Amino acid sequence: MNNQAQILPGTLDLLILKAVSLGPLHGYGILLRIGQISGQSLLIEQGALYPALFRLVRQGVLKPSWGISENNRRAKFYELTAAGRKRFREEADGWNKLAAAMAAALAARAE
Amino acid sequence: MNLLAYMRGLAAKFFRTSETAEEMDEELRSHLQFRADDLERSGMSRAEAERRARIEFGGLARYREECHEAQGGRLLSGLLQDARFAARVLRKSPGFLIAAVLTLALAIGANAVVFGIMSALIIRPLNVPRSENFYGIENGNDHVGSQSYPDYLDLRDRNHSFEQLAGFGMFQVVVDTGQDPSRHWDYETTGNYFDALGIPPYLGRVYHGSDERGPNSAPYVVLSYGYWHTHFHDDRSVLGRVIRLNKHPYTVIGVTPPEFHGTILFFSPDFFVPIINHEQLDGQDLHTNRGVHWIFEVVGHLKPGVTYAQATADLNAIDAYLERAYPKEEGHKGFSLQRPGLYGSFLGRPVRAFVAGLTLLSGLILLAACANLGSLFAARASDRSREIALRLALGSSRSRILRQSLTEAVIISLLGGASGLLLGVVILRRLAAWQPFPSVPIHVPLNPDASVYVVALLLALVSGFLFGVVPVRQVLRTNPYEVVKAGTNAGAGKRISVRDVLLVVQISICAVLVTSSLVAVRGLMRSLSSSFGFEPRNAMLVDTNLALAGYSGDSVYPMERRMIDALESVPGVESVGMVNFPPLGRGGSWTNNVFKDETRDLSQSNAAAVAYLYSTSPGFLQAAKVTLLSGRTFTWHDDGNRPLIAVVNQEFARRILGSEKDALGRYFRLQNGGRVQVVGVVQDGKYLSLTEDRKPAMFLPAMQLNPLNEVWFVVRSSRDPAQLSAAIRNALHSTDAGLPLDIETWSRELDFTLFPSRVATVSLGVLGMMGAMLSITGILGMAAYSVSKRFKELGIRVALGAKRREVLQAALGRAIKLLAVGSAAGLLLGVLASRVLAYIVYQATPRDPLVLACVVLAMLLLGLVATWIPAQRALSIDPMVLLREE
Repeated sequence: MNNQAQILPGTLDLLILKAVSLGPLHGYGILLRIGQISGQSLLIEQGALYPALFRLVRQGVLKPSWGISENNRRAKFYELTAAGRKRFREEADGWNKLAAAMAAALAARAE
Repeated sequence: MNLLAYMRGLAAKFFRTSETAEEMDEELRSHLQFRADDLERSGMSRAEAERRARIEFGGLARYREECHEAQGGRLLSGLLQDARFAARVLRKSPGFLIAAVLTLALAIGANAVVFGIMSALIIRPLNVPRSENFYGIENGNDHVGSQSYPDYLDLRDRNHSFEQLAGFGMFQVVVDTGQDPSRHWDYETTGNYFDALGIPPYLGRVYHGSDERGPNSAPYVVLSYGYWHTHFHDDRSVLGRVIRLNKHPYTVIGVTPPEFHGTILFFSPDFFVPIINHEQLDGQDLHTNRGVHWIFEVVGHLKPGVTYAQATADLNAIDAYLERAYPKEEGHKGFSLQRPGLYGSFLGRPVRAFVAGLTLLSGLILLAACANLGSLFAARASDRSREIALRLALGSSRSRILRQSLTEAVIISLLGGASGLLLGVVILRRLAAWQPFPSVPIHVPLNPDASVYVVALLLALVSGFLFGVVPVRQVLRTNPYEVVKAGTNAGAGKRISVRDVLLVVQISICAVLVTSSLVAVRGLMRSLSSSFGFEPRNAMLVDTNLALAGYSGDSVYPMERRMIDALESVPGVESVGMVNFPPLGRGGSWTNNVFKDETRDLSQSNAAAVAYLYSTSPGFLQAAKVTLLSGRTFTWHDDGNRPLIAVVNQEFARRILGSEKDALGRYFRLQNGGRVQVVGVVQDGKYLSLTEDRKPAMFLPAMQLNPLNEVWFVVRSSRDPAQLSAAIRNALHSTDAGLPLDIETWSRELDFTLFPSRVATVSLGVLGMMGAMLSITGILGMAAYSVSKRFKELGIRVALGAKRREVLQAALGRAIKLLAVGSAAGLLLGVLASRVLAYIVYQATPRDPLVLACVVLAMLLLGLVATWIPAQRALSIDPMVLLREE
């Protein structure tokens, strides 16, 4: 279990956007998808997902709609809006730049 | 707290049924189901899987609330959530809650009552249609509204400003409805009274101007709703019935609406009678006499478009005409318009001053309560600084914490406001039903209306925000890391804190209240013990009206002589006197113009003074114990056949005769031209009110004046009042069993005159007590807080061998210093404020060493009481226990 990393503040939103960008998902599905794409290495407390989802909906980034899941349960599905897609691209770019810079900085050796 | 739970449930039902809330719950439930499904698939039992799913999810309630917040915009449910949280927190500190709510309830209650009084007496107009342009006419010379009947006719017929001008006066009549005859108060009004006011009948009809066809031509009576309700039990068949007023038949023609109580606040009549019948009822024809101002007030609606200034100019043109045409009788010195209801500025000024004083003081109470609550809240906030710091450190936002402390303040202010309002309404209701004098229909029109509720609620909320804001600075400045590191004792610095300032402010306000109430009480005590110029103790007053027993003209004096003889023969009676109105009585006073002997033109403008006129029997000055300084009093020989004589007071002698010494034997003239010789000088006294300046007064032998039907007897005796009054009644009824008699001790009669200053004193006393209570809670809170805050330090001091005195000094020195500063400031302010009181309370002077000493003593006592408990606590510190615990 110890190889799981606590996610940094602010990164949850980006992960949710990434998960949903691959197709509409309900809340539990988003958790599973994040686990799957991160190779089960990112730990999110399940309940913490929902305040983030509601916030993103309020910001107009996600659009919710009720539907039926694969195992016949009623569930609320989320998908990206146009604004959401734009935001996802921007935040992903920003993150990549930061990560590259951080990686470069940490890789530097004394000369 | 069942009620709270119920309310909360109700509120939840009300606000939270929004579909989003249900949707959210459904979504979270479906999440748990999905997770449980997965766990079940991995081999768990369903029940075990569901349990596991809930655990993994984390704090469901917390996330639900966070979701709510994330959705934003839901102001109402957010507020409700804050309220629920605040209620939970407040329930954990009931002492704080009770202290805060009580403090506020007192302050709001006081303000609700005062506002109710203000609204009834000043803000709310008379219950008359179109009251905004309804005015009464006031004289420029004496600032009252009374007129003679011919004056009224001139005003009515010569003005161009009023739609209709009506006049009225209050009189007592004996009513005989077939059962027990009894005295009642009526309004005698001009025929157009109801039309001028715009008051329609509730039942039957009212009389009109057209009903007046010469003296005694309108034997009609219109009942007030209250009288109809209590004496005729809402019987509609009363219309057309004949009742006897002073033995004359009058036909009941109508009933006025329930909300109409006449045109003088305080004084609601039992019925209305046309003034044109005054001679029949009173035995005196005053309709042609221009010199007797017996119409109480003249009122009417201004015509549309006529301004206040135009109307005043119009009235003054009439005044100029009157003074030209009747220089002997007229001396109004101009007219002005006044709001009716309080008899112009005569009652209006003192009432307004009284209400203003009350408002000021109750405002101070509110301020003191706010300061008190502010320091309570600040103390609480600093007690909770550790908790707040922790919450800040854990990521809670400052705005959220502020919102919560404000919510607490609002909850407290609503609770306090509601209970204060309840208290206020109960008191107002009591006051409204209060009848201080059984014989006079004093009616205080206090009906708490919507405005009272709104004002109380607003005051509560405003004060809630005021004291809720106090801890804000503290919260904003909290540095979580410092506080957590330093522990609870951080911040007990030596600099002056908001709390200290608040406490000083509060104590000085309370000292102002205590000072003013003591000044008022002292003033009343003085006015009760001051010289009235007569001796009310051991004297009875008998009020009678011979006209009501069928006497008139020449039969009056012999009867009065017989009555005096009968009274003198009552065992234990030392002396008996008869007078038209006793000084300081509720009947009022007669005044008359007096002229110097050498004055030939007896116009109003040449009068040397207006003097009180007492028409007396020979024994009066002796019975009333008016001290004779020089000369003689009257005898029964001083009758109509002898030259006119008078006994005058010192002021009269100084003002009209030049000096007190050689007043004896000198002459002055009355308005009717009579030349009067002064035979005696008596000491000055009080005649109309306690607060009047020295006034000239003259005592004339009744037998040299017109016979009077309404007279008062002064019976001096040290016998027990109850026995004496029975003996007096028997003696007088042996002369004529049909005489109406009101027998009362003179001291009781004076209650009426002393009533305003009594009321003022009692209200100020109550406010002062409230101030004292507030200062006790304030000091107590502060002292207790400073002791508990420094418990550890005190414990160490005790452990190191500090003496009791040193411990006390360390624990309470600061509180006592603040108390001293506050009291000194308050005393100073109170002395200044008491100048205002001098307007209301007779002889209220702050420059009275006794009062100042009492204030200092009172504040000392308050401080002692308030610091007693904390001091005990500080002294009982056991360092061992304390050090072990920490």
